[in-house]
Amino acid sequence: MMRPGTEHELAQMVAGAAGPLRIIGGGTRSYGVALGEVLSTAGLGGVTLYEPGALTLVVQAGTPLAEVEALLAREGQCLPFEPMDHRGLLGTQGTPTIGGVVAANVSGPRRIAAGACRDFLLGVRFVDGMGRVLKNGGRVMKNVTGYDLVRLMAGSHGTLGVLSEVSLKVLPVARASATLALEGLAPGRAVEALARALGSPFEVSGAAHVAAGQARTLIRLEGFAASARYRAERLCRLLAEFGDWQVLPEAGDLWRGVRDVSVLGDGDVWRVSARPSDGPALAALVPGAVAVFDWGGGLIWLAVPEGTDLRAALGAFDGHATLIRGAPDTKARLGVFAPQAGPLAAIAAGLRARFDPRGILNPGLMSPPEERPA
Amino acid sequence: MEMPEPRADIIAQKARIVARLTDALPEGTIISDAAETRAYECDALSAYRCAPLAVALPRTTEEVATVLRLCHEMRVPVVPRGAGTSLAGGSLPTADCVVLGVARLNEVLETDFANRFIRVGAGRTNLSVTGAVEADGFFYAPDPSSQLACAIAGNIAMNSGGAHCLKYGVTTNNLLGVTLVTMDGTIHKIGGAHLDAGGLDLLALICGSEGQLGVVTEATLRILPKPEGARPVLIGYASSEVAGACVSDIIKAGVLPVAIEFMDRPCIAATEAFSGAGYPDCEALLIVEVEGSPAEIDEQLAIILDIARRHDPVELRESASEEEAARIWLGRKSAFGAMGQMGDYMCLDGTIPVSELPFVLRRIGELSGEFGLKVGNVFHAGDGNMHPLIIYDANTPGEQEKCEALGAEILKLCVEVGGCLTGEHGVGIEKRDLMGYQYSPEDLDIQMAVKDAFDPGWLLNPAKVFPLASSAARRMAAE
Repeated sequence: MMRPGTEHELAQMVAGAAGPLRIIGGGTRSYGVALGEVLSTAGLGGVTLYEPGALTLVVQAGTPLAEVEALLAREGQCLPFEPMDHRGLLGTQGTPTIGGVVAANVSGPRRIAAGACRDFLLGVRFVDGMGRVLKNGGRVMKNVTGYDLVRLMAGSHGTLGVLSEVSLKVLPVARASATLALEGLAPGRAVEALARALGSPFEVSGAAHVAAGQARTLIRLEGFAASARYRAERLCRLLAEFGDWQVLPEAGDLWRGVRDVSVLGDGDVWRVSARPSDGPALAALVPGAVAVFDWGGGLIWLAVPEGTDLRAALGAFDGHATLIRGAPDTKARLGVFAPQAGPLAAIAAGLRARFDPRGILNPGLMSPPEERPA
Repeated sequence: MEMPEPRADIIAQKARIVARLTDALPEGTIISDAAETRAYECDALSAYRCAPLAVALPRTTEEVATVLRLCHEMRVPVVPRGAGTSLAGGSLPTADCVVLGVARLNEVLETDFANRFIRVGAGRTNLSVTGAVEADGFFYAPDPSSQLACAIAGNIAMNSGGAHCLKYGVTTNNLLGVTLVTMDGTIHKIGGAHLDAGGLDLLALICGSEGQLGVVTEATLRILPKPEGARPVLIGYASSEVAGACVSDIIKAGVLPVAIEFMDRPCIAATEAFSGAGYPDCEALLIVEVEGSPAEIDEQLAIILDIARRHDPVELRESASEEEAARIWLGRKSAFGAMGQMGDYMCLDGTIPVSELPFVLRRIGELSGEFGLKVGNVFHAGDGNMHPLIIYDANTPGEQEKCEALGAEILKLCVEVGGCLTGEHGVGIEKRDLMGYQYSPEDLDIQMAVKDAFDPGWLLNPAKVFPLASSAARRMAAE
């Protein structure tokens, strides 16, 4: 395994690579299929700059996520996009890194209100497939100087470059929270309630429905204590027709459960992004699936029997499905990432060819199965 | 500002090019008469103008595709245009180009309150997007100050911000999907009413690409429920250092105001003379606005006022009524008009780390003295997005050049302290030749390689964003 200790070493290793490289951070969320010699960024650790008063953090890509979160917590701040921990779901060991979070654009329940990881990414430094050290963006919140390669790198899973440093906008931790909970709603009805809540002026920061075992619908409010209480009361009244909501003052474990989809049992796991109101009908197309609806219904986690071709079962819809957990041959057969329309796929391939002309960075990981190297 | 030499061979074929476009499109789509194309010779960077070869004003995505396909076949450059409000010259034509205006694509195509989005033609104006949903209690958050006139197409091209992005983000954070036509006439659907990309985030790439990758004809935008209410406070300080420290403390305290606006003494004086808003006589003035129910507003303002008092303000003004709130905003909202009364002005929009505010303001004051040109500062302090306004007289020979030179010095200063050249206006032609201060040749090369992937012939808005010397080889190779 290659494990550079500096950005310069990283650039030299990529430039000198003779064949494909499998890029990892802590290796806890490598759900894509990538072959090649492992190159880990875990050796690139350390905080470059943290200015709590400017809400900005610049950190080396290999820095453990836990270290970043602890540093922020000391100043009462956090990563607002609530990145999920994939270890439970994927059964992986290791230490999640901030670079891995960014490379996979990992966001949790608060994405619906605050934005995704990509929305908080202010700048990147990375090494492209030729070993060039490149930068884009910076450390300020508003920046339209040139093309936005910052957000392009978020979610590119190491196929365009190897991240060496990321700048992030952070936010203060909410002082208080309140969670509305109701048991027993059917998915369609639950998503209706979530839509009503999200369409209210009460600033909902989490809207989920867990359809495993005893179904439970959850709505989160965050802010100052009196404000969270006030909004919880107003929402209970607004949503009274759905049932008698219970208000939980402390529900961190429940939301961690939603974030890490800890209730999903055996089988393959798919992550579907859809128009929220389509969520329940899409889930119903897969009988027997265990479902967690997050983002007001727009993010559907489905546990299905092994080998299920979920994309075929769902048919055409506004959104996409990613195979997060499955056997290697299932992933090879179906592809982890949803195929794009032909002309768009050609543009994406064109971008990969320009960022990585030798095709050595996680080759095939985001390409359709037929374009993958044998 | 230099522009590339227009292609004589294209200009020589004007009649044939116009005829082919006219034949392929409904009547009234193509205009080429010099009197009619005059309105398209410049955008809001009005110091620069140039008559285009022709102007195309299509009504549908398919017609946009036809224009692009034919121009692609004939190797004619295309300059896309929204409402023409760019302050950076983003839609400045060249003599050998067809201006492609999308203003006629302005319909509301779909509103969906359960899923909280609206789909519109990209020519629709920013404010009229909110206009289409406000009766149902929703709004579209990005609010550039030109929102009455500017088009969503231009907002997407420049990734526009506004006064309220401290809380709601800029265009890219509120854009869910687009219909994009690439230069070869191919129509692409990117994103939709769902969140986040399945493959590479091409939507993020389109947003802020200044019309160089494709022409956006439709946009799916996130809409948000309107807050119960909003209320501003006005705080005056004897120095910009103290005002800067106050901003930083408010942010650290965990309050997230929707806006923190900052004005310096020259700007306060100008707006006071112009609008009579009754602002205090001081070095720095903050307007902080928070949202929520009356009780929530009280709770947040109590924290903000407590912080403000600790910094010893010269004035602290709350608003108990709509009228008082409007009075607080009056001077700020008329700031650009007031500065305009003092002469011609150039509006910059470099962003800096908030901690560098006092140093940068002091240094701008020194530069202003050195160049002998007045500079007023009014900006979004919460996110460090400066708006220095340089006052000059366009009729005095040499003064525009002097103003541009001062502007360049200020922008270089922004980069030196860890910021950037432009926070929300875009590069256009205005900041094109300063890109080398922020990015290395390799950093620029990889961005130009992105354009190669979308527009290998470099026909779409080719003379913008990148220093002409950097893009020359690519532009020439395509000819």
